[in-house]
Amino acid sequence: MPAWLDDLLWTYQNVVYALGINGLLALSMYVVLAVGQLSLGQAAFMGLGAYSSALMTLKLKLPFFAVLPLSCVVPVLFALAIGAPTLRLSGIYLAIATIGLGEVLRAVYLNVGLFGGALGLSGIPNRAETWMIYGLLGLAVLVLFLVGRSGVGRAMEAMREDETAAEVMGVNVRRYKLGALVASAVLAGIAGCLNAHVSSFIGPNEYGFEPAVTILSYVLLGGIGSPVGPVVGAWVLTLLPELLRGLADLRGVVSGLIIVVAVLFLPNGLLPWRMRRRGA
Amino acid sequence: MMLEIAGLTRRYAGLVAVDGVDLAVAPGSVHAVIGPNGAGKTTLFNLISGVVAPSEGRIVLAGQDITALPAHARARLGMARTFQNIRIFAAMTVLENVLTGLHVRLRAGPLGIVARLPGFRREERAAAARARVALDMVGLGPRAEDRASALSYGDQRRLEIARAIAQDPRLLLLDEPAAGMNPAETEALGALVRRIRDLGTTVLLVEHDMGFVMDLSDRVTVLNFGRRIFEGTPHEVRGEPAVIEAYLGAKVAARLARRA
Repeated sequence: MPAWLDDLLWTYQNVVYALGINGLLALSMYVVLAVGQLSLGQAAFMGLGAYSSALMTLKLKLPFFAVLPLSCVVPVLFALAIGAPTLRLSGIYLAIATIGLGEVLRAVYLNVGLFGGALGLSGIPNRAETWMIYGLLGLAVLVLFLVGRSGVGRAMEAMREDETAAEVMGVNVRRYKLGALVASAVLAGIAGCLNAHVSSFIGPNEYGFEPAVTILSYVLLGGIGSPVGPVVGAWVLTLLPELLRGLADLRGVVSGLIIVVAVLFLPNGLLPWRMRRRGA
Repeated sequence: MMLEIAGLTRRYAGLVAVDGVDLAVAPGSVHAVIGPNGAGKTTLFNLISGVVAPSEGRIVLAGQDITALPAHARARLGMARTFQNIRIFAAMTVLENVLTGLHVRLRAGPLGIVARLPGFRREERAAAARARVALDMVGLGPRAEDRASALSYGDQRRLEIARAIAQDPRLLLLDEPAAGMNPAETEALGALVRRIRDLGTTVLLVEHDMGFVMDLSDRVTVLNFGRRIFEGTPHEVRGEPAVIEAYLGAKVAARLARRA
């Protein structure tokens, strides 16, 4: 590696981590939006992955290759518990239930000693590497592409466009919705685990309502025509604050303005290209 | 019987949309349901296809009680339908729409899909070939790669029919297939329905175009205010005073009867 690149990576190491992890979070939101559901629980799932994996590392002393896959277990259990009752109901209930989940969990992290209260958990060893983060991101994009270009992808898009018509075609709509929520929990849980193991500290306020909305805006900005859109959206919104650093106090204003303009003039996102749905 | 319905009832607050309807559709036949606006025809279709749950009654498809089954399970048992207000998947291509209709025939598991195993590829190719046959049958073959939303109204109706027949259903429900079509298109549609029947699919249809119904149907069931008021051959329906009354009102019916 040339010295200047090494330098650059070292200086912006946190941004490099954040780009990969936020890409995974955007995909976690994309999976749910792709079946026409709105969930605001991605940050909560991420928090469950972060806390459970941090505890596995700190208290159980498990090696990272075991912690990483296990980090999605708790988020998936919560996804099943919250999805099974709410997905029977129409759209908005899942969104409300998942907001509730985030707030309840925040209160639990704050008040239960095991989770370190307001101080959070610190001293988490930095075990996630850049190659792991980007390897998993690449793998997630690839799998979502392959699944998207199959009968499953067609069923998902059909549900998003017209749930009744999809059901009449023989698509088990409820199973697909639950499946999407579980896949979303897996992605967010792993992102949480990676986040905890690059930042050495996690706190209860990192996984509430605000980050949930940020994750949603990644996907809205990027577009849901293909899995690449959400990743592009996440990267733009992660880089914007860095690029606008020179504007100092106006940074928030300008970055908000850019999002509003993009949503107004690019209703299908920055990457409106729609992937095809045939597997052969 | 291909389809047997007994005492089927659907109540909404203050309204009985379908009221104790009995219906039997013979295999290999074209059976029409007619009636004035608001007679409960579309609700009846929604009950049969499982989009709406009945308040009372039983639905039996080819000897199997399907009353409690969700819509997707009915599709698996060989039931397909179109909608009165067109419900194609607008952002998809024409071919992808029809492929979605083939959903119930796909068997590939997650591993097959992600690893692109030969079984998955074969299945996708076979599905595409089948979808093209269905598109050719309705005359949309050349439009396969176009966006569905780019089709004209009549072509979108044809696409819905292609999507439904791609499922190779035992029973096909057509909800006002001729709505908004010109006479030439309606005639072509009639020929298509006959071909579908000749290929072994039983057809149950709701339609307002009386010429179309009388020409095509083996049996006609007449609904009014959610009740079945008559059932017979097209010839019998034409001469039935109760039917004329339902459409034209008692006064006109009486005048017509005096003149006859």
